[in-house]
Amino acid sequence: MTTLNEAPTVKGARRFDKPRTPQGKAGKFFEERLGLAGGLRKQLNKVFPDHWSFMMGEIALYSFIILILTGTFLTFFFDASMAEVRYDGSYVPLQGVEMSRAYASTLHISFDVRGGLILRQIHHWAALLFMAAMTIHMFRVFFTGAFRKPRELNWLIGLGLITLGLVEGFAGYSLPDDLLSGTGLRIAEAIMQSIPVIGTWVAFLAFGGKFPGTEIIGRLYIVHVLLVPGILAGLIGAHMALLIKQKHTEFPGPGKSEHTVSGERMYPTYAAKAGGFFFIVFAVCAALGGLAQINPIWLYGPYNTAQVSAGSQPDFYIGFLDGSTRLFPSWEIRLWHHTIPALFWPTIVLPGILFTLAGAYPFLEAKLTKDRAKHHLLQRPRDVPVRTGLGAMAITFYGVLLLSGGNDLIAKAFDISLNAMTWAGRIGMLLAPPLAYVIAYKACIGLQRHDREVLEHGIETGIIKRLPNGEFIEIHQPLGAVDDHGHGLLEYAGTPVPKKMNKLGNPQTARVKGFFRPVREKAEIEAELAALEQAEAERAASQRELTD
Amino acid sequence: MTDDTVDADSDLGFDPAVSDRDVPTAARAARASKAPSSSRGGGLRSKVSRKVSSVLVLIGALAAVGGGYSLLAPSSSADQTALSAADVETGRQLYESSCITCHGSNLQGVQGRGPSLIGVGSAATYFQVSTGRMPAAGQGATNNRKPAKFNEQQTQQIAAYVGSVGGGPQVPTGDLRGNPQNISDGGELFRLNCASCHNFAGKGAPLSAGKVAPSLNNATDLQLYTAMLSGPENMPVFSDNQITPDQKKAIIDYIQNLKASKDPGGAGLDRIGPVSEGLLIWTAGLGVLMVAILWIGRKS
Repeated sequence: MTTLNEAPTVKGARRFDKPRTPQGKAGKFFEERLGLAGGLRKQLNKVFPDHWSFMMGEIALYSFIILILTGTFLTFFFDASMAEVRYDGSYVPLQGVEMSRAYASTLHISFDVRGGLILRQIHHWAALLFMAAMTIHMFRVFFTGAFRKPRELNWLIGLGLITLGLVEGFAGYSLPDDLLSGTGLRIAEAIMQSIPVIGTWVAFLAFGGKFPGTEIIGRLYIVHVLLVPGILAGLIGAHMALLIKQKHTEFPGPGKSEHTVSGERMYPTYAAKAGGFFFIVFAVCAALGGLAQINPIWLYGPYNTAQVSAGSQPDFYIGFLDGSTRLFPSWEIRLWHHTIPALFWPTIVLPGILFTLAGAYPFLEAKLTKDRAKHHLLQRPRDVPVRTGLGAMAITFYGVLLLSGGNDLIAKAFDISLNAMTWAGRIGMLLAPPLAYVIAYKACIGLQRHDREVLEHGIETGIIKRLPNGEFIEIHQPLGAVDDHGHGLLEYAGTPVPKKMNKLGNPQTARVKGFFRPVREKAEIEAELAALEQAEAERAASQRELTD
Repeated sequence: MTDDTVDADSDLGFDPAVSDRDVPTAARAARASKAPSSSRGGGLRSKVSRKVSSVLVLIGALAAVGGGYSLLAPSSSADQTALSAADVETGRQLYESSCITCHGSNLQGVQGRGPSLIGVGSAATYFQVSTGRMPAAGQGATNNRKPAKFNEQQTQQIAAYVGSVGGGPQVPTGDLRGNPQNISDGGELFRLNCASCHNFAGKGAPLSAGKVAPSLNNATDLQLYTAMLSGPENMPVFSDNQITPDQKKAIIDYIQNLKASKDPGGAGLDRIGPVSEGLLIWTAGLGVLMVAILWIGRKS
């Protein structure tokens, strides 16, 4: 009788070749057929950084999973047809109204399918979350310089994900064929038509003839459930594969270097953390879906080309284009017998410029700074004030456009003239970004200076001392060794500098915070410290005895 | 004249089905059998006293007299002489104490203060006074709704007086809700004629240069009806030729049902569409998740 604990005794054969446990046998079965163990072991050991800012992209990933789950449910009941039907479902104010099957089936999902409304709402909230999370993830990558060589391609893939997210979201928003989404499609058609020379034909191609036609919902449906999600999934895969290949970036600090990674391994710590976080994201989406009404298509009514509602807005991620359209002057340019409508500039040229600049940024920065090196350590935003200023500028520009997309509602809520809002947007669009640049730049320099000051003079202890000559001085705690003048010798390294005595492991005992109650009480810690000190003293005494 | 009144009296009365509203209803044969839902309460009209009721009955009688005609053609100059002379007289006194400064002693208007009211009709007057827009607090791009200065009876009296000078569209009487069967027609008409300024849920929206299409939140049936009839401020007039009285009632029915309806999906977010949804995802959605991230980050 042999046990697993016994050393292998069979000559030449390793113990693992003859697994005895069911798991071991299953593992052998797959290993002999797939040969994945080596690679898998490597992946399971991948190290993920601990910093909170690395989890923003995860929100986007998890909302994508939620979108696929809820979206699949919705496809069971949605009918992407523009055939006219007379509604006879349970929503009374629309009974007897002529509408497309797409709209009728969305009403059916909302009112007559069990759990249909909440899943529709979770789907829509998750879509908004997907876009919002990608946006802030992009901010993180930008402001910390994570896009630098060798990660420029992943930056471009990310940009592609956001662009496709816009398309995917707009297609989904259009599917119910309600008055709001139909208005959005009408504007999309106008944007296509505004392209010089080919515009009319582009619109005919997309809509299969004149607007609205009978094709567009069916086409958008395939775009929404197959084409774009497929590409999105592929790009997300590539995004993650590159991330694993190139490894995570990390913030500089003690023990960090360009050639090391630190944090938690994929298995088990990170898997548990990420798994838990997935459920938090799902919980937030489910709570929103159950508590907050989104896209109440029954209030909008079916689409009818003769109708439009005041305050017809797109979802927030398209809002910046609505805003740019509202702000752009109505310049109609005629060149060589062709008209360039005013709509062309704010809806095609402007986003074209924005996305091109975003895509080119990593390369532009490398060119302008002549920095061709590979970077695995991040930079704190304050340490690259120009980039931070440019980012603040871009966000402010986007923010002004986004706010202007809802300027009618702001005008109404605050009793401001709509025309005044338009002009505020036009002026703000030009003046606010440079102002944001200056403020961000100055803030970065200020923060840097404070860090340097603490490195040089130490932390303010808050202890004021009166010298014999009557002078008052504040005692500073140096962070390290000091020179003859009491100035710290630590170099500025772009890492966080402690600013409070508490961050120094100051002998003052503090309780260890927990979620509901302290994990360890003050007395307990003090007792532990006392024991440590005593042990230290005893050790020193015995050392002395030994040396004596 | 007397014959008309008697005929009307025998034809008009209190519809027991709607007596909770304390409002006399023109019990036209078609309507008497129908029992409207008791949940449709009119806030303002519930305070109408019995005395006013008789005035309304009288006006209703007049409407009934010309009813067949007015359905076919809008009567902008109906005979106003049949109104109770005492009510018109009280209306004149109220007018002279509160309106005369801007609209003139003969309703001819005062340059730079207020327009002529000759021929605007009682409907326009009723709308402006009952919504508190008149007397105006000042001259601006728009006159916002505010608490009414006059009670229902006084408002009707002022309206009767103004209507007695030069005629114009009249304040309707009776039940202003259409047949509930027509609510979806009302919705179609609402989306076609009203939503472009007042928003799909009647939330209102700004127009150019500080002008406003107001929210319909607080509008009563009668205010909605008289607004359509008179086209206050920037609103177009929807005469009975464009939108028939039955269609107007269907629209009112749709609006009031919309306002009373609950939001099946949870909090309605003010029913203003994607802007409030966008605000919520960045605050309650992403905001909560950022807190979660920071918490997880601290625990690492």
